[in-house]
Amino acid sequence: MGIIMKSKNTLWILFKSMFLLSACTFGGGFVIVSLMNKKFVEELGWLEEDEMLDITAITQSSPGPLPVNASVIIGYRIHGVTGSLVAILGTILPPMIIISLISLFYTQFRTNKYISVALLVMRAGVAAVILDVVWELAVKVFKTRRFLYIAMMLLAFLATWFFDISAMTIIFVCLAIGVIDLLLSLRKE
Amino acid sequence: MQLLILFFSFLQVGLFSVGGGYAAIPLIQAQIVDIHGLMTLEEFTDLITIAEMTPGPISINSSTFVGTRLAGPIGAIICTLGCILPSFVICLTLAYFYYKYRKFSGVQTVLGALRPAVVALIGSAGLSILLLALFGDSTTYQLSDIHVIELLLFLFSFLILRLGKANAVTIILGSGVIGTFLYLFR
Repeated sequence: MGIIMKSKNTLWILFKSMFLLSACTFGGGFVIVSLMNKKFVEELGWLEEDEMLDITAITQSSPGPLPVNASVIIGYRIHGVTGSLVAILGTILPPMIIISLISLFYTQFRTNKYISVALLVMRAGVAAVILDVVWELAVKVFKTRRFLYIAMMLLAFLATWFFDISAMTIIFVCLAIGVIDLLLSLRKE
Repeated sequence: MQLLILFFSFLQVGLFSVGGGYAAIPLIQAQIVDIHGLMTLEEFTDLITIAEMTPGPISINSSTFVGTRLAGPIGAIICTLGCILPSFVICLTLAYFYYKYRKFSGVQTVLGALRPAVVALIGSAGLSILLLALFGDSTTYQLSDIHVIELLLFLFSFLILRLGKANAVTIILGSGVIGTFLYLFR
């Protein structure tokens, strides 16, 4: 179920991708989700775009750290339970290694000017990656030419940006709208 | 004994932190500082600072930091395991059902309504990071306060990405290296 390829090489690419993404992800969960989208949808072609959005929604509404949640699901999709474990390992190793080192050299780390500047300027690159992914996805939503979808995208943006409504709430409201949409289409038939 | 306490503390953090990194902070504080007194509030503040400055999810960073401080590398592994175990079980179950039923057209209709909202959520997160990069902690967003180096890095990175000339990791690390260079030698 849901397993598309089987080879040692696949597992290695999965591990390597998760490791690299996790090693350079600063900021919240949506950052890594857009990086995963870039990697697994655009670069590797392992996942479909819609699928990645569904995974994001599931990830966001489950407990636990988002990158780990996403790794579990993507890993499962690529290579079953083994894939899940490999993906988790790739995701948690970089922060574990980095934090272990830092907890030894904490003071030096906090006062190093190169490190603090690098961490600040990297945000510009992170923002570019996320907005590039969003551009791509938003164009697709507009191309559906469904008023409901376009309106929901704009409203969800307003809700989170201006009214600070939590992502979970937005996802559950949209899920409810989706169910209503389904019931209406069933009635038409 | 302490290892067992650590494991169950972080199991609770993993189980009850819904909705991402910042939701986990008060939970970790409750478990580690308030209930078990394993760390002082000052150490905890340091921990959050480090967790925010370094890559990786805040709860993984915290479990490693707390674990290492209190019980060395084994502590780090125990805490992290506790933290990710609920994720693993719950998401694996959800993944199983998702891949079993997603081809049904009814499920597709419901999920279809969800996707535009997810795009909006990602967009909003991206925009916050962009504002943070361009204006720092200032929240007035005066055009005169804009960080020029970050603005150039952003525009350049965005252009390269739109043209499909580089992957995400290269862009982020590249902007870190080039940006640091520009800041220190301008």
